Parts: sequence; structure tokens; C-alpha cells
Amino acid sequence: MEVTFEFDWAAALGSIPHLLPGIPYTLLISFGGLAIGFVIGIIFGLLRISPLHWLRLPAGLYIEVFRGTPVLVQVLFIFYGLPQLLGGPINALVAGIAAIAVNSGAYISEIVRGGVESIERGQREAGLSLGLSRTQAFRYIIWPQALRRMIPPLGNQAIISIKDTSLFSVIGVGELVRQGQVYIATTFTALEVYLMVALLYLAITWSLSLVLRTLERKGLVGQ
Amino acid sequence: MNHSNSNSSKPIVRMDKVNKYFGSLHVLQDIDLEIVPGEVVVIIGASGSGKSTLIRCVNGLEEFQQGHIEVDGNELLPHGKSGRALQTIRTEVGMVFQQFNLFPHLSVRDNVTLAPIKVRQLDRDRATEIANKLLERVGISDQADKYPSQLSGGQQQRVALARALAMEPRLMLFDEPTSALDPEMIGEVLDAMRELANEGMTMIIVTHEMGFAREVADRVIYIHGGQIVEQGSPLEVFDNPQNERTQNFLSRVLKH
Ligand SMILES: Nc1ncnc2c1ncn2[C@@H]1O[C@H](COP(=O)(O)OP(=O)(O)OP(=O)(O)O)[C@@H](O)[C@H]1O
Ligand SMILES: [Mg+2]
Repeated sequence: MEVTFEFDWAAALGSIPHLLPGIPYTLLISFGGLAIGFVIGIIFGLLRISPLHWLRLPAGLYIEVFRGTPVLVQVLFIFYGLPQLLGGPINALVAGIAAIAVNSGAYISEIVRGGVESIERGQREAGLSLGLSRTQAFRYIIWPQALRRMIPPLGNQAIISIKDTSLFSVIGVGELVRQGQVYIATTFTALEVYLMVALLYLAITWSLSLVLRTLERKGLVGQ
Repeated sequence: MNHSNSNSSKPIVRMDKVNKYFGSLHVLQDIDLEIVPGEVVVIIGASGSGKSTLIRCVNGLEEFQQGHIEVDGNELLPHGKSGRALQTIRTEVGMVFQQFNLFPHLSVRDNVTLAPIKVRQLDRDRATEIANKLLERVGISDQADKYPSQLSGGQQQRVALARALAMEPRLMLFDEPTSALDPEMIGEVLDAMRELANEGMTMIIVTHEMGFAREVADRVIYIHGGQIVEQGSPLEVFDNPQNERTQNFLSRVLKH
């Protein structure tokens, strides 16, 4: 079989202006969702390690449900399913942000729990023995240390969520993949365009890794 | 040793028939103990005998199931039902741990000022002034801006001592303060503790440093299986132990 295909550099480069408008959507869904997911993660992660059984239980349930189901199903449920309950349509962008929020929130809950539990018992005891209340010991001693340890896994989760937003082309948000599909429909240069789409994702995730590595080098992270 | 007749004053710590269990393990059995202000009490005993558990009950890091504990007029109740008294006791009782437990995310100085600022509500300038004085006293003043991980073990433990002293405690607890240290650093920590004892601080010390115990203790307590088996002056306990288990323990540890 002879390969007659030739890579069309002009088509690849020419697609970029048509793809760029997708980047703000991709970033907005990712980081908007992650910001809310972080808040959810702090709340549910802390509930998860509460000494009270009736607080731990619902938190555990939330985490299991949203880690155990695909983010694609979650966004379809929110975009197509919830309107039936609410009696009105949901904006696709809102649905995308909500899906990333509840999905990353479940994973971030576990990151928060792990971070807090990784702090040696002696830290809390030293705080308490100095007369700090339990809340003060948490706020001034445990949380700042836990947060540093959480940053690498949080960065990891951010990269996963950024990539997850590519699935949301199915609900028609104009993110990167969607822009690519629209453009390919008129030019039929799938190989070139999807390569460019992939490179743009790489550019986003690499920049994020770079920021994280810089933080780590400066000793603001980890230990 | 250094204190004029302190036995006449009212006890600062009183443990009354204290019993503690870890599950079915009876770790503290009917502990009765009174300590008067200025007294230096050294607790010795084999690993697992309940030394740490005993002193951790004094500042409520461990709950107990029966009996009662009074520290400077504040009462700790069984099952951790002590309420505000617990908080009061902890502000008045300092503790130094085997593993130092310094706060790694705070500078040496901030380790020392944290509790005075957050608990005693001192302003930062005043707290810093106190911290600088204490760090100088334990010989760390030139390291105040460093982080704990940049210090040697002996230096870290001296910072931990300064951190506890910054709350102006009326009683200090030490749980094997030199056991995690390289041998060449043990002396500097013991020196700082000796100085504190000479100034009249009330201290309860768990240690395996028998030479130090003999020198600074007003009273030595030997515990075995969660019970106080024998107590007395260092001379009595070290040189003329009455109980067979004390004799066995001492012959084992004093050999080296
Ligand atoms: N959190 C815990 N849960 C269950 N058992 C415990 C716990 N802490 C201590 N114990 C047990 O209680 C007993 C007394 O422990 P403790 O730490 O007071 O001994 P110790 O005299 O300080 O020993 P060491 O010299 O090794 O420090 C030991 O048998 C120990 O295994
Ligand atoms: Mg111990």
C-alpha cells in the first residue's frame, strides 16, 4: 500500500487563528471549575476526616459517586438531564464549569484529606501543648503544612481537568476541540488540525507544569 | 537539691488514683503522685512501662478513664470531660518532645512567638522581644531567622525548649528530650535543662540519662507495668533500691 498523504503545513498553521478562540473557553471551564472544585474539596475533604460519623458519611458518598462516574456522563447529566428537573435550559459553559467543579471537587477532597492526614501527630500535639485551641492548631500549624504537600497533586488534578474539558465539545461549548471540529467540517484537514489542537493543550499543560516546578524549586511546595 | 524546703508548699500537680487503658491494655494503674512547686521529678522505667502516657495525662494529651488530676488548681476529669480547665492547664504547662516537633514552616523565631501571640495575645514586638531573649538564653540567637530543618538536632531541641518557655509555664514536661539526639549533642540540651532546674522550674522529666537524673532530680520515680513501683531521692533509688524490679532495671541500664 502506498501512502499518498502529504502533511499540509499551510493548513496546520492556517487553522491556528480559528482554534485560538477556543482557548479562553478551555481556560475558563478548567480554572473556573477547579476554583469551585477547590472550595468543594476543602469542605468535603475536611468533613471526611471529621470525628463525627454523620459528617464523614455524606462526604464519603459524594466522593465515591463523583470519582466513580465518568466526567462525560456528569456533564451530559447536568446539561441535558438537569433542565428536566429545573424546567429551563442550562448554559453550556455553566454546565461545563459545574461538571469540572463537582468532578475535580471529589478528587481534591481526597487530596485535602491526604494532605492533612500526612502531617505528623506531633505537630498538633506541640500546638495543643502550647495552649492553642484545636482550631488554632489546625489553622496555624497543620493547614499551612498540608497545603504545601497538596500542591503537587493539585497541579496533577488541574492538568487532568484541563484535558477533561476536551470532552465538553459534545454539549457544544466553544472550547478547543469544538473549534477544531467546526473548522475541520469546512476544510477536511483533520490530521493537521487535531495535531494543532493537541499542541495547544500541551502548551497549556506545560506552562502549568513549569509554574509548579518553579514553585517547587523555590521550596514553597512539598516536604 | 537547689530548692530550699519546697516540700511544705501546696502541690502543683496532684494525680489521684489515675487509671488509663488503651483498649484492654491497662497502661496506668492507680497512679498517685504529688509534685510541689520547684520540684524536679525524673521518671525512669523500661520501654512500654507507661512513662510517656503518664506525663501526657498531665497536660491532657492523653485521656484517662478513672481518677482525677489537678494541675495548679485546675481539674482534669476522666474521659476528657475537662472543658476550659484543659485549655488553662495547657497554657501553664510546657512540654518538650523526643522528636522536637518544631513547626517546619515557621522560622525559629516564629516558632517561639506563635503561641504567645495567638494564645497570650501579646503584640508581635513584645513577643519577638521575649523570643529573642529566650533564644539567646539557649544559645540560638544567631539562628533565629533560619528554619528548623537548617539546625542540628541539639539546636532544634533547644529551640523547642525556648518555644515552651515563651508561654511562661509553671511546670515543664520532658519526654525523653535527648533520645533522638546524636551523642555529641546530648550535653548541650541537658545543660539548658540543668540551668532551668537551677532557676527553680518545676519539672517532670522522662529520661534514660541516669547521670543527669542523679544530678538534678529531687525525686526519682521508677515505673513498671503502669505502676509506680518505687520512688525516692536519687541516692535512695539509684544506690539502694528496695524493689527487686528496680534493682533489675538499674543493673541493666547502669551497666553501660
Ligand atoms: N496510642 C496508643 N494506642 C495503643 N497503645 C498504646 C498507645 N500509646 C501507647 N500505647 C501502649 O501503652 C504502653 C505504654 O506506652 P508509653 O508510650 O507510655 O511507654 P513508655 O514508658 O513511654 O515507653 P518508651 O520508653 O518506649 O517511650 C505500651 O505498651 C504502648 O504500646
Ligand atoms: Mg515514651
